Amino acid sequence: MIFGSTPSQTVGPFFEIGLPFADGPLAVAPDSAGAIAIGGVLYDGAGVPVPDALIETWQADDQGRFPDLHGHAGPSARAGFRGFARCPTAEDGSWKIVTVKPGAVDGAGAPHIAMSVFARGLLHRVVTRVYFGDELDANLADPVLTCVPAERRETLLAQPSTDGYRFDIRLQGPGQTVFFAV
Amino acid sequence: MSSDTPQSYERDPAETHPPLDYAPYRSTSLRHPSEPLIYLPHTVSETTGPQLAGIVRPGDQDLTRQHQGEPIGERITLSGRVCDTEGKPIAGTLVEIWQANAAGRYRHRWDRWAAPLDPNFSGAGRVVTDSEGRYSFTTIKPGPYPWANHYNAWRPAHIHFSLLGRAFAQRLVTQMYFPGDPFLDYDPIFNSVRDEAARQRMIARFSVHRTRPNWAVAYNFDIYLRGPGPTPFEESR
Repeated sequence: MIFGSTPSQTVGPFFEIGLPFADGPLAVAPDSAGAIAIGGVLYDGAGVPVPDALIETWQADDQGRFPDLHGHAGPSARAGFRGFARCPTAEDGSWKIVTVKPGAVDGAGAPHIAMSVFARGLLHRVVTRVYFGDELDANLADPVLTCVPAERRETLLAQPSTDGYRFDIRLQGPGQTVFFAV
Repeated sequence: MSSDTPQSYERDPAETHPPLDYAPYRSTSLRHPSEPLIYLPHTVSETTGPQLAGIVRPGDQDLTRQHQGEPIGERITLSGRVCDTEGKPIAGTLVEIWQANAAGRYRHRWDRWAAPLDPNFSGAGRVVTDSEGRYSFTTIKPGPYPWANHYNAWRPAHIHFSLLGRAFAQRLVTQMYFPGDPFLDYDPIFNSVRDEAARQRMIARFSVHRTRPNWAVAYNFDIYLRGPGPTPFEESR
């Protein structure tokens, strides 16, 4: 390290004028094969929905490949796959992205989505991972998930819903979502 | 995987970034995680990242030309380099900014500060860094504004920055401040960064050399994102 990193600061309450973009919540085209919704509600430590947060996700495609020239096993071959979604929470704390369920990335464990949460009151993003509640065997072998205390793993599991998966996020308190030091 | 792709990113010293639990900034109280963070070794999910250059539209880097007329305020240029902590430029990466107008008012439905909106100012910009990691915006200097955190609380003038870098591990959202701002000493958000040298890295520098005569005052703001770290194997020892 020659230089120090620029410090993080809160995204504040007014990011909506600068960060969202038209198809930001769409990591894939909604009418493309295998498209599903993943969404939920973000809660604070009092159990109140957070209406001024930003959720970002990053993931591999259904073959376990990233849309990145530097990605593992070559770039995604899926047309229009961005792998990234950005969605502000609504007045009721809800968020929803459209994506595909990622494939397992060779050597990186069970299917998962990397997630950042930004909000007023968060001086630094918090990072979590979305795993899938219906991937029992893969989850049991995942090197990251198995480092999480067993009683807290449930907070990282998205559960099947009518249009995809549901993943609620709790910033603090009982049932707090597991957050990682990245 | 290409040979110049880091397999992990360096962990910043503890006091480089603010603590999530920081009482002087009241909104942290119900939003900071109460459980400790769990150490995440970097995998390909963290060493890759989105490239969103495609969402930038022509003119997005000039916030003074987005409407019929020019916004009120002190016209400035804001430029610098995005590089990693080894000094290696990060080319082709998205830089996004948003800010209040010259009177300290955001064009946002929740901003109730009794200062005028400017019909000629939206307050948001995007640009992609060039091959040497350079970016440049033209905008107006934002005003300070009061907020409800404590008695007589004012935010120093600032511009919000969002950086993607090359990897999920490099993602950064920060705020840029102006040199000599008297509100800096009293601002809990700025002072949430406990390391003095790190705090200074959030303050832009006035540049007389880049100031364009009879046109715009220039500020320089270089941004440093985490550099390559040891391999995951070394890291775990």
